[in-house]
Amino acid sequence: MKILVTVKRVIDYNVKARVNADNTDVDLANTKMALNPFCEIAVEEAIRLKESGTATEVVVVSIGPKACQEQIRTSLALGADRGIHIETDSMPESLNVAKLLAKVVNAEQPGLIIMGKQAIDSDNNQTGQMLAALLDIPQGTFASKVELIGDKVHVTREVDGGLQTVALNIPAIVTTDLRLNEPRYASLPNIMKAKRKPLVVQTPADLGIELKTHSKLLKVEAPAERQAGIKVNSIEELIEKLKNEAKVI
Amino acid sequence: MRESMEFDVVIVGAGPSGLAAACRLMQQAKEAERELTVCVVEKGSEVGAHILSGAIIEPRALEELFPDWKKMGAPLNTPVTEDQLFMLQSDNKSIKFPNLVVPKTMHNQGNYIASLGNLCRWLGEQAEQLGVEIFPGFAASEILYHEDGSVKGIATGDMGISESGVEKDSYMQGMELHAKYTLFAEGCRGHLGKELYQKFDLDKDNDAQHYGLGLKELWDITPDKHQPGLVLHGSGWPLSKGTGGGFFLYHTENCQVVVGLIVDLSYENPYLSPFDEFQRLKHHPVLKQYLEGAKRVSYGARAITKGGFNALPKMTFSGGLLIGCNSGTLNFAKIKGTHTAMKSGMLAAEEVFSALNNGCNGAKELTGFETRFKDSWLYEELKQSRNFGPAMHKFGAILGGTFNFIDQNICKGRLPFTLRDNKVDYAQLKVISDYSPIDYPKPDSKLSFDKLSSVFLSNTNHEEDQPCHLKLKDQAIPITQNLPKYLEPAQRYCPAGVYEVIEDESGAHFQINGQNCLHCKTCDIKDPAQNITWVTPEGGGGPNYPNM
Amino acid sequence: MAILIIAEHDNNILKAATLNAITAASQMGDELHLLVAGLDCNLVAQQASKIAGIKKVLIADSEAYQYQLAENMSKLVTDLASNYCHIVSPATTTGKNFMPRVAALLDVAQISDIVKVVSENTFSRPIYAGNAIATVESLDAIKVITVRGTAFDAAKQSDLSAPIEIITAVHDAQISEFVSEEVAVSERPELTAAKVIISGGRGMGNGENFTLLESVADKLGAAVGASRAAVDAGFVPNDMQVGQTGKIVAPDLYIAVGISGAIQHLAGMKDSKIIVAINKDEDAPIFQVADYGLVADLFEVLPQLTDKL
Repeated sequence: MKILVTVKRVIDYNVKARVNADNTDVDLANTKMALNPFCEIAVEEAIRLKESGTATEVVVVSIGPKACQEQIRTSLALGADRGIHIETDSMPESLNVAKLLAKVVNAEQPGLIIMGKQAIDSDNNQTGQMLAALLDIPQGTFASKVELIGDKVHVTREVDGGLQTVALNIPAIVTTDLRLNEPRYASLPNIMKAKRKPLVVQTPADLGIELKTHSKLLKVEAPAERQAGIKVNSIEELIEKLKNEAKVI
Repeated sequence: MRESMEFDVVIVGAGPSGLAAACRLMQQAKEAERELTVCVVEKGSEVGAHILSGAIIEPRALEELFPDWKKMGAPLNTPVTEDQLFMLQSDNKSIKFPNLVVPKTMHNQGNYIASLGNLCRWLGEQAEQLGVEIFPGFAASEILYHEDGSVKGIATGDMGISESGVEKDSYMQGMELHAKYTLFAEGCRGHLGKELYQKFDLDKDNDAQHYGLGLKELWDITPDKHQPGLVLHGSGWPLSKGTGGGFFLYHTENCQVVVGLIVDLSYENPYLSPFDEFQRLKHHPVLKQYLEGAKRVSYGARAITKGGFNALPKMTFSGGLLIGCNSGTLNFAKIKGTHTAMKSGMLAAEEVFSALNNGCNGAKELTGFETRFKDSWLYEELKQSRNFGPAMHKFGAILGGTFNFIDQNICKGRLPFTLRDNKVDYAQLKVISDYSPIDYPKPDSKLSFDKLSSVFLSNTNHEEDQPCHLKLKDQAIPITQNLPKYLEPAQRYCPAGVYEVIEDESGAHFQINGQNCLHCKTCDIKDPAQNITWVTPEGGGGPNYPNM
Repeated sequence: MAILIIAEHDNNILKAATLNAITAASQMGDELHLLVAGLDCNLVAQQASKIAGIKKVLIADSEAYQYQLAENMSKLVTDLASNYCHIVSPATTTGKNFMPRVAALLDVAQISDIVKVVSENTFSRPIYAGNAIATVESLDAIKVITVRGTAFDAAKQSDLSAPIEIITAVHDAQISEFVSEEVAVSERPELTAAKVIISGGRGMGNGENFTLLESVADKLGAAVGASRAAVDAGFVPNDMQVGQTGKIVAPDLYIAVGISGAIQHLAGMKDSKIIVAINKDEDAPIFQVADYGLVADLFEVLPQLTDKL
């Protein structure tokens, strides 16, 4: 079985995003960029499935400017077999991403598509679900466990208040949550080998997709700072305020 | 057995000297149509992540390395347009020196205000295009030797070891990188460099090395106050008599200024806190005029090697070389180390390449380097400035400054004598009973800030579950010796709040918050008991400086 | 045009997150319809009909919707969508699961996790883990929106009952099935899911003193957290850490005890609805972000708090 993994280039999770001076976006100039952590977990899961003999090939795909080939190479260094880069000037909206990916899925015919549940820049949490809908295939979102049982994939999902397991027909989409696995480090020899693994570059036009605009980003602002409230003088007063004023207990 | 890889040259550290060396090596290989394998390991998460400098950059070495650097888009975009030099007399008084009396080395026509981190990012791209393998996120943690004692290469650190020393799921053993020649370009007080000094007795013939701690912030200021190319330097307040150092404030591109303070680590007062000196400095009208109403964007700190010519060690040993600030090539009279570091890397590259071309395999020491170095402008420049630092330390800012004016402007550094300054920095610290506490004002969170909110802006992080990378030779010393004698100065000299003494019912405890570490190396330098050894944490940890 | 809100429930009880989503929807328009899709979920529909502002309740009762599988839910909602200008759901794991499918089937974008309704087509939402707030204008005819519950008050109950309309269409995609579920039965909620969190800092003095927090937590059904200083000092394990390098939480109530309030800690809890700080140092930075501050010795007041709750 072939596995397709999607990866996104985002700001490194150690780096705080900073809103730019004219409030049009965050300032990413010379900021450390990295593989989206949830995508890294997706890559790791795919490699583990390959190592366990369940999968035969792991293909990674990324969409964005040329620089995102760096994240494809990182994924190849972690153990993926080949890469596909769909080159666009900017980062397309989720629905466009899903449409581009649908074309890749149709061409590659993977049995499983593993994606991060969300990217830590836009925090949308939607592309995997959208892709599943476009392909009319099932999804296991927020996965903390993925198992192939018979001709189905069983996905344990982290839902509010517990865990839910669903059985999905194949092909299916899995989106990863933090506890699915702990990604490995890429070794130096593998980083060098990754430079020679195949990487194909395509454009949205090659795939026959026209990128549509569904929304307009009007402004980006720093979150409002919290203001100091009041001082209370006793536990009694505190409890009274929490009960009657804030209504949180 | 660890896995190993073979290279012609391994370079430790992707800073200006390491990357210049890598580029120069490949340029020569291309000219000679010779196959050459060069690898650079860098402990930061990416090239530039750990680079922190003023910086005013003299383009001399860059010009030699890439004559087309402007066309190629090197990020030196802001030429210096005006130099101002101040003596701060108190928290609101200052004297501005007329240009005429400023030592020549402090004139900056033809130089550029730039982010050294961004210059390194650019140099890294050039190096990769030339065929250099750069591995960010891999820390060189160990020197490997041949049986004959010559350097064989380095090993990268193991990854995925827990705090208690157990291998975690993510464990990955380090790798041996073997090379005919290994260049150590770790920057000031590199921890492998420190081992090399001892192993090969590299500093037996030079004066004691001296250090400063540089603290720096990047600010977004309002356009009406922004004068791109304006450079301010000064000394005096808030540092008290006997403490050397000085401030800088540069108007760089994108409506930003960088502001910083360098505090000589030869200071004597154990109450001194370089961080707090820097915070109160910004309230002085000379600096405040630009920072008021502005927003702080980034913070960082790094020790600098400032002993200069007199403190230069032997830079060669069998199997390798020390280059850049790891050997101490910074020109303190100019407060510039980028062009000198790059030049030292380029000279090393030329010597290594000619040795490789002659069939040498690293077993023999590169003795030809010394001649190459002595024939270069780098040597000439450092020699001319040899008295600058010692004069400032010996005579103080005013007399020392006068001396430097005469030395640098009138005699052009050719005075027939050399001032020496041979007492090591950590031994300068005096006991707490000789001083009364310094009353630092509370930060106002507008111009001045506390340590932790500053560290926050450095984007510093380390994997939580790993062994502490700040090693104490003797666990007891901080509490039994340093606390009574010096009120454990690590609490104050560390610009990142790594060290704390916590008192509770059971007594005082020494707490090391290694995760905050900015990799500045001050603790390794200034601990009066020389009890703290800085070693590399897991690769990729440490600050993530953008535009610093 | 009307607005369709999708109810979050367990076939017996309407979940509170629905009420916050209703308030958000009410800022987009007046004609609010609530869809209850489930199995034997009539009780939920009854509850839903008594919420202020709801004009109509739609009930789709079928085995296909018992577990609100995304594959089936998305088809049901898409089928109803042509009558609506907005489709709104709480940004819970259920809503996040099926709503993007709805958007894709309708060929429109989804605006995720909104915290503010600027106008009927413009919304604010956090990006970069809350380090920035984006204001986005939707250009689509149908706006698919998920709502962050803590950003909106709960809709109130009404004396009137809205009519309940039965949806008979059954969409069973038959490509996925429910296998099992495991409800978290820990005595205390998970930090990231808790509605109330009480955290201790270095001021707790040692690990044993955390029992003082646990007693309060037991009374409030709260999770217990810690600052990095407390973790670094070895008081408690790392998985209790709230902050920049620990867990990011946003409960309704966050009680910080003996925590100075370093920015690294604030980064992990500043989006909490109500913050209470208990610290004996009145200059502690935590008071600058606390809605209610109590300057006191925690060892004196924590037992009092336990007693009086």
